[in-house]
Amino acid sequence: MLERPLHLKMSGAGGRSADAGVSTRVSDASRHPLEARALSYAADGKLLIDSIDLSFAPEGISVMMGYNGAGKSLLLRLLHGMIEPSSGRVLWSGEPVTEEVRRQQAMVFQKPVLLRRTVLANIEFVLKSRGLKDPQQARRVIERVGLSDLANRPARLLSGGEQQRLALGRALALNPRILFLDEATASLDPASMLAIEEIVRQARDSGHKIVMVTHNIGQAKRLADEIIFIHDGRITEQGSADAFFENPASREAQAYRDGVILTHENTGELNA
Amino acid sequence: MQDFAQSFSLALMHIVTLDPDLIEIVGLSLQVSLSATVISCLIGLPVGAFVAVTRFPGRSALIVCMNALMGLPPVVVGLFVYLQLSRAGPLGFLGLLYTPTAMIIAQSILITPIAGALSRQVLEDLHKEYREQFSSLVLSTAAQIRALIWDGRYSLITVALAAFGRSVAEVGAVIIVGGNIDHLTRVMTTAIALETSKGDLTLAMSLGLILLFIALGINALVSTFRLTASRYGYA
Ligand SMILES: Nc1ncnc2c1ncn2[C@@H]1O[C@H](COP(=O)(O)OP(=O)(O)OP(=O)(O)O)[C@@H](O)[C@H]1O
Ligand SMILES: [Mg+2]
Repeated sequence: MLERPLHLKMSGAGGRSADAGVSTRVSDASRHPLEARALSYAADGKLLIDSIDLSFAPEGISVMMGYNGAGKSLLLRLLHGMIEPSSGRVLWSGEPVTEEVRRQQAMVFQKPVLLRRTVLANIEFVLKSRGLKDPQQARRVIERVGLSDLANRPARLLSGGEQQRLALGRALALNPRILFLDEATASLDPASMLAIEEIVRQARDSGHKIVMVTHNIGQAKRLADEIIFIHDGRITEQGSADAFFENPASREAQAYRDGVILTHENTGELNA
Repeated sequence: MQDFAQSFSLALMHIVTLDPDLIEIVGLSLQVSLSATVISCLIGLPVGAFVAVTRFPGRSALIVCMNALMGLPPVVVGLFVYLQLSRAGPLGFLGLLYTPTAMIIAQSILITPIAGALSRQVLEDLHKEYREQFSSLVLSTAAQIRALIWDGRYSLITVALAAFGRSVAEVGAVIIVGGNIDHLTRVMTTAIALETSKGDLTLAMSLGLILLFIALGINALVSTFRLTASRYGYA
């Protein structure tokens, strides 16, 4: 059991309490699987995502890992419908992703973009964009990510980690069916990171599908229900965390796990 | 030099004693230029905001035009408005020539491109920063524009001040369509131009001083807004 710092007043691990944006059980996620079919994305004549076929486990936490520049952020953007693929499709329950579906998703970016407003106003803004006007809701979200004391501070004056927590709170406030997290705990202190992991776990337990990118192997082991390894715009393996860390199938995944820099010599490929 | 010193102290005297003629001229100046500023912002801001967040064919050409129009020579605008409003012109029947309204129209035309082009720049920069978040939230264009205008309010106020500064200081347009008629269309700049040529340096100098203060005041306001905004993390 992890020790929680005092300033992160969070509800119990069961995630059943009614005090937070994510605790409401979303409708049966198993009927809404997310898939990519022959998904490709090219820019400047370079194939950055190379005809990916991928079905996410309908529930739980899918962790994407891979070297810098492998295409993880790009793939998240494609899955979230933010950019149009060069070819191929993203499907939701077998159907193309519509705006209505996209409204049920949320994403925390690798570099959080916060509005030039207070912490509270940042949350209120996204709630209003969904027609939610309960004035207490924003406060509950802020409390959940441990920012109550900073509610009236301009968001852009927060520290890097506080900004990430706000970005996460903002995404959770939308009560999304799918939550995309792009290295959302990268600049958090260990206590805050564990606290956020706990929130992510609660979100999973209450039925939210989580697709997250992390370079933190410990975090992947703690959270992942499945691991997807992406290399050079291709999925090289997908499976349980245990299988992945004990016996990675691809040489790239093994090198990644062991912290080995890829070079021409050890892969025989173009990975200078 | 004697002359100058004497005129200068007289000019100061006019200002300090709130000379009624002076007040009238300054009042009309502010009224005309503030009206023009409001109109230019009401037109320029929405246009600028729309161009900032949308993509359509001919957009870059439009931006080039807007930027180029910022440098419209006031006398050309004055001449254009004169031709429209003169008795023989298409809008001559309105009888607006040589009225404050004509001056407001001319100055509005002069500074609307400034309000439009500068707010487009401000909002487009902000939009570049916010775009991914907006796209993730699936916000409507109208909702995006509202959020951008609110979050860019400090910069947009400085845009309005720049437009006001340009209109209050210009002489070419208002002298052609206003005619510098005493008690009717006399504003600071036209009075300075004509009083100087008539040799009445006192009035010209007091108005010049006031104009200078206004210009300094605008600059001070702009810096204050910038500073406040960045200090509180809103810039
Ligand atoms: N719009 C774009 N135009 C051209 N190249 C791009 C574009 N977006 C991403 N790339 C390139 O695609 C590759 C994958 O980028 P991506 O951001 O997905 O990497 P990543 O796996 O998230 O890496 P990291 O771990 O560093 O976050 C990079 O080489 C990047 O330079
Ligand atoms: Mg990335």
